[in-house]
Amino acid sequence: MSVPYAKLPAWVDYGLIPLINLIVAFLVAGLVVLAVGESPLRAASLLIEGAFGYGEGIGFTLYYATNFIFTGLAVAVAFHCGLFNIGGEGQAYVAGLGVALPCLWLDQFAPWYIVFPAAILGAAMVGGFWAMIPGWLQAKRGSHVVITTIMFNFIASSLMVYVLVDVLKPAGSMAPQTRAFADGGQLPRLDWLLASVGLDIGGAPFNLSFLLALVAAFVVWVVIWRTKLGYEIRTMGHSPTAAAYAGIRQSRIIVITMMMSGALAGMMALNPIMGDQHRMQLDFVSGAGFVGIAVALMGRSHPAGIIPAAILFGMLYQGGAEISFEMPQISRDMITIIQGLVILFAGALENMFRPAITAFFATLGGSGSDKPLPAAE
Amino acid sequence: MNDIAIELKGIDKKFGLVHANKNINMRVRKGTIHGIIGENGAGKSTLMSILYGFYQAGAGDIFVDGRKTVIKDPNAAIAAGIGMVHQHFMLVENFTVLENIMLGAEESQVLNAGITKARDELRRLEQEYELEVDPDAVIEELPVGLQQRVEILKALYRGAEILILDEPTGVLTPAEADHLFRILEQLKSQGKTILLITHKLREIMAVTDEVSVMRRGEMVATRTTAETSVEELAELMVGRHVLLQVDKGPATPGDVLLSVENLSVRDGRGVAMVKNVSFDVRAGEIVGIAGVAGNGQSELLQAISGIRRAVSGKVLLQGEPIHVTGTADPSELRHRGLAHVPEDRQHMGLVLKFDESENSILGYHDDPKYLNGMFLNIDAIRKDATDKIEKYDIRPPNPRLKTANFSGGNQQKIVLAREMERDPAVLVIGQPTRGVDVGAIEFIHKRIIEMRDAGKAVLLVSVELDEIRSLSDRVLVMFDGRIVGERAPDAGEGELGLLMAGVEDSKEAAQ
Ligand SMILES: Nc1ncnc2c1ncn2[C@@H]1O[C@H](COP(=O)(O)OP(=O)(O)OP(=O)(O)O)[C@@H](O)[C@H]1O
Ligand SMILES: [Mg+2]
Repeated sequence: MSVPYAKLPAWVDYGLIPLINLIVAFLVAGLVVLAVGESPLRAASLLIEGAFGYGEGIGFTLYYATNFIFTGLAVAVAFHCGLFNIGGEGQAYVAGLGVALPCLWLDQFAPWYIVFPAAILGAAMVGGFWAMIPGWLQAKRGSHVVITTIMFNFIASSLMVYVLVDVLKPAGSMAPQTRAFADGGQLPRLDWLLASVGLDIGGAPFNLSFLLALVAAFVVWVVIWRTKLGYEIRTMGHSPTAAAYAGIRQSRIIVITMMMSGALAGMMALNPIMGDQHRMQLDFVSGAGFVGIAVALMGRSHPAGIIPAAILFGMLYQGGAEISFEMPQISRDMITIIQGLVILFAGALENMFRPAITAFFATLGGSGSDKPLPAAE
Repeated sequence: MNDIAIELKGIDKKFGLVHANKNINMRVRKGTIHGIIGENGAGKSTLMSILYGFYQAGAGDIFVDGRKTVIKDPNAAIAAGIGMVHQHFMLVENFTVLENIMLGAEESQVLNAGITKARDELRRLEQEYELEVDPDAVIEELPVGLQQRVEILKALYRGAEILILDEPTGVLTPAEADHLFRILEQLKSQGKTILLITHKLREIMAVTDEVSVMRRGEMVATRTTAETSVEELAELMVGRHVLLQVDKGPATPGDVLLSVENLSVRDGRGVAMVKNVSFDVRAGEIVGIAGVAGNGQSELLQAISGIRRAVSGKVLLQGEPIHVTGTADPSELRHRGLAHVPEDRQHMGLVLKFDESENSILGYHDDPKYLNGMFLNIDAIRKDATDKIEKYDIRPPNPRLKTANFSGGNQQKIVLAREMERDPAVLVIGQPTRGVDVGAIEFIHKRIIEMRDAGKAVLLVSVELDEIRSLSDRVLVMFDGRIVGERAPDAGEGELGLLMAGVEDSKEAAQ
């Protein structure tokens, strides 16, 4: 009756394995850098220096991380229900409307702390709605969410081009974007937060959305592991037959989970729109939805893993920009390759080293720790 | 000539705090069938997993044919001539028999040559051991008994001289089990060595030459089968005298609590599985449904408990109709006093990845006593789980251990504790003791009878005829979706057997 394959101690599962994956990813990336005739060591130091070496770098790293926390949480919530939401990109994109419209209506006469809650609600509702349709199609018609969410990314993209070009673009402007928001549509930056540890964020758009992302991570933890709804979601995710036996209404849970997932992805739109550019531009999501998949995989779908994973990817984005600036041989595309490698090793090949590590720990006397994990796995 | 096929010396294995195997010494003679018995969680599967290379022992040595052998993974075990038939088959469902047997032993990149060779070899094996299966049949279309044969063929094809079977009869019908034992005898007469784990002492007595008994991780005794008895083995296993016969007084049936009228149910593919079935279960009685697996019992249970929608018919629970053809859903039925111990505990009754306490509320997770508003009341849930663990002697007594790490019998107790402790009016139980040791069977049977004596209506479905006969107050026999007869539990085994095989007129025939 026993399931073969021993269990690993938690610190190996959640610490050592991701670390090994990461190191391998960087080694391979180093080879790529070497192949174009640059020094991998200099690239590495530029990366770290660029991401963490000075206040502005840190500000940018955390700004990107904010995006990835939201999209990573979105993917993770769906994972817990056994759903693979690849549509974070599109959900965040249309949710831009939920952010931009309240800003455009209210920014002239309301302060940011009035506009912000309206924008949060708008982002969550629009993003949630965009994910609800694939969820509903899955629940009622059996159309696989992987397929439908991808299709909804394309629909979102076309829709937003139309909206930006034909509806929201101010008359006479050449750029496909909304007008700039007045003060009410601009979130305060968190310069004071880094200033408290003696750093100056300079021009980095690190803003209040970051704190919202941390709150969202905590709320996700509570919902998944401490509420009845979360219990039902996890039951569905682990065993649909057990869920049916328990009387859990599957279609309801699928739709709710997708809405939560979409709402989280949608809130990502707050960060670039209200926190940085103070207007809605074409393609403001720029891949954050997809990075969220890697972040969720690497963070093992747990908020406590997602936050560090998001910061890691924030570092790659920011430090990567630095490298391509300093090392002309290494183009922006090379950075994408390096990020791709991290995704490959940390996400897709997540289990590559597991058998070897498991075997190694088995030879240590099979001392697989049974220390009960916290209910949160 | 060395006549010891396998010798284990000082095998030791810990899973964290659980000491699953303690300094195990054991010898298995070549060309014999060697039984291994022990309570749930005694460490039988762990020991065999070490022999087959799934786990590494913390200490100790394995000798195969007198040679010290390191078995670091299943490939090494296969190379040493050891094959294993798992309780949960490891077959590719949509491959044919031949493809499954070749899988991992293809020999070359080009399949054709290999296929012809494999086909010949398969034919030889089939003839030698009475292991007929159609090589071109697709696995998912075969009954479990045949799937198991494929597993055995797979091991033999890889040259196994020593075959490990972990609870092979748990899923088989009596006839399939008999056939399996004939195959094992045949293998033995060809000089193969067989290690057989089972909870059914009758099977041990019938087919083994020697039997080893494990208790709480230790090897406590080895006996020559001919010189021991079921009673002695049961006592060795549990460490106390075990009541093998259920002790129950006469039933005092009261009101009808569950009434099924003309119920018809189809399975997922639309095949009619339950055809116009009617019966009543009264307070204070146990009604047993006997039958060979796959004759509609599963679908009947699922329809009554609201998991599967019925096509037509009526079900009354405590006199009130259940909307079985429409909106009935399991949580509503739970509220109305129906508890259900499902046949398939691993997929339905439990979420194996949850910890014990999370499973102890499955289906009852909307009960306010486990909640603070919309939040789970973790303290209350753990406290409740701890009480049940104590009352049902679930081992190890840790509500935070992952359910997959409990042994089969203890998993079953988790489900039983959850369903029985709700004090339902009607208890519907499928295969209550599948894969459960004799000590636990005694316990479970006692609890079921206590439920009856407390005035509950119990509907029991089991493929174990012995269990049906010893627990039930009335026996209904199901065949091909119909109830083909009702008998008293003391009706002859032969008579019930005939009914189960679909000989409808057996009442007259038996006279
Ligand atoms: N992977 C694992 N991690 C932690 N504990 C385990 C693991 N596998 C087994 N155990 C524990 O080791 C003990 C022995 O389990 P094992 O499965 O060998 O028992 P068994 O004799 O086969 O029982 P059953 O008859 O119920 O199948 C049990 O207490 C079980 O909970
Ligand atoms: Mg076992």
